[in-house]
Amino acid sequence: MNQRTVRLLKIPVFLACLLPLCKLALEAFGIAGLSLGANPIEQLIHRCGLWGLIFLLVTLSVTPLRMLTGQNWLIRFRRMFGLFAFFYICLHFLVYSGLDQRFDFRAIGEDIVKRPYITLGITGLTLLIPLALTSTAAMMRRLGRRWLQLHRLVYVIPMLGVWHFYWQVKKDVSEPLLYAGILALLLGYRVVSAWRKKKRSASRREPMQASAMTRPRSLDKRAA
Amino acid sequence: MTPRNSIKPSEITSESNCLDRRRFLQTAGMALAGAALTTRSTPVNAAAELTLKTVKGPFSTPEAPNSWEEITTYNNFYEFGTSKEDPSEYALDFVTTPWSVKVSGECNKPGTYTFEDIIRPHELEDRVYRHRCVEAWSMVIPWVGFPLADLVKRFEPNSNAKFVRFKTLFDPEQMPGQRRGVLDWPYVEGLTIAEAMNPLALMVVGIYGKTLPNQNGAPLRLVVPWKYGFKSIKSIVEIEFTESQPKTSWERSAPDEYGFYANVNPEVDHPRWSQAKERRIGGGLFAEKQVTLMFNGYGDEVASLYTGLNLRKHF
Repeated sequence: MNQRTVRLLKIPVFLACLLPLCKLALEAFGIAGLSLGANPIEQLIHRCGLWGLIFLLVTLSVTPLRMLTGQNWLIRFRRMFGLFAFFYICLHFLVYSGLDQRFDFRAIGEDIVKRPYITLGITGLTLLIPLALTSTAAMMRRLGRRWLQLHRLVYVIPMLGVWHFYWQVKKDVSEPLLYAGILALLLGYRVVSAWRKKKRSASRREPMQASAMTRPRSLDKRAA
Repeated sequence: MTPRNSIKPSEITSESNCLDRRRFLQTAGMALAGAALTTRSTPVNAAAELTLKTVKGPFSTPEAPNSWEEITTYNNFYEFGTSKEDPSEYALDFVTTPWSVKVSGECNKPGTYTFEDIIRPHELEDRVYRHRCVEAWSMVIPWVGFPLADLVKRFEPNSNAKFVRFKTLFDPEQMPGQRRGVLDWPYVEGLTIAEAMNPLALMVVGIYGKTLPNQNGAPLRLVVPWKYGFKSIKSIVEIEFTESQPKTSWERSAPDEYGFYANVNPEVDHPRWSQAKERRIGGGLFAEKQVTLMFNGYGDEVASLYTGLNLRKHF
């Protein structure tokens, strides 16, 4: 897959990432018989949060997919997926603070402090901010090795998200557990492949691979 | 899944059952409006609701009731699934006739009573109550029913009867949610005998002047409006008078979160969320939350039941 094809592909992929938002908008405005149901604010908060979590998992699945299929061009979409995760999670927080809490900052502050599941959620969102801000190629160059270290937060943030989901659910934890399972697989894959790589290099004494710092400028960076 | 606007023959109450129920309702002094069974433009369950003859009851709130659509499509009835839309979708096939209630325990008139036996002597009242879920949303619902106190008196509870325990039907074949252990089935709820005798407590058979849709707990449910909604047990098949406090389903599932009393109390938060405010269903995207009232605003009628009781400890 060459550079041009990838660039062209970015447009439909970008639009596809917007589809959940489009559906929510149609439902919110009651178009084409769609609706958010009897408790629209709750539904909107839930769906935005869910898509945020889904995009986080999609972002995390890029590296395993690359490693399994050898399709390295997938990495070119990882930033888009990550930023869409941030986008939907920001929406999630905006609907909560604007529509649910009507910008009552005292009440929001109280929630953050008193409700552990909200503490988790706001922590996750806060940790996403530096990742979003340093998502550009320029930032990658500027930060070098530190970029990799910072972006390892992407392993922690979905854990906070799933836990936030789990603690928010009243009783039926099957859905958050499903996402926890998928997350475990995506992270577990990295753990296993790193361990196997370590075993191989220990037994065969391979020459060290070029470090990320010395690689030519490209977006082909792996977060370990 | 059967599409909503097609009805399987098995779902339609058999004609003889229908006529029996209709004849019963007529002879019991409750006439049907018009000759035909009433149907609605958005059928959310197959058994067409019958119109009931009612009188205006006491304790109604002047607030506007929620719509039929809201009341019948936004439900917590885990026997039919844990999403709010599940009960209206999966309770279509639920058969509620014939129906009987087993009465037992510390009383002089135990036995198995048919649904018709249960409601025959009672005048059906329209009562518009606030309904507050523990999840911090609420509705205003125009129930049709009769005082639980009047029913309890018929069974003649003796001096050992300190509590009334209710049970919902257990039938995993009809109730797909019961195939999972999300709660310990069958659903159990209970009241103190004093609470059961309170004039607010209602044995409910209908909504908006029509018989209860399946997803709202057909054919017989409890409504105790000063408590969180999970206390208002649905589709009742057993009533037992007990000496000891019954262990209720939500209490068993999370004793630190759900108590026996479960009185609506804005000062006692759920461990994971606040109970100070509630979302009134039907307000749309831009509605403000409402302040939650002590005892859901029914303090005048029920506060005296709890004088001296630490409501934080006995949540």
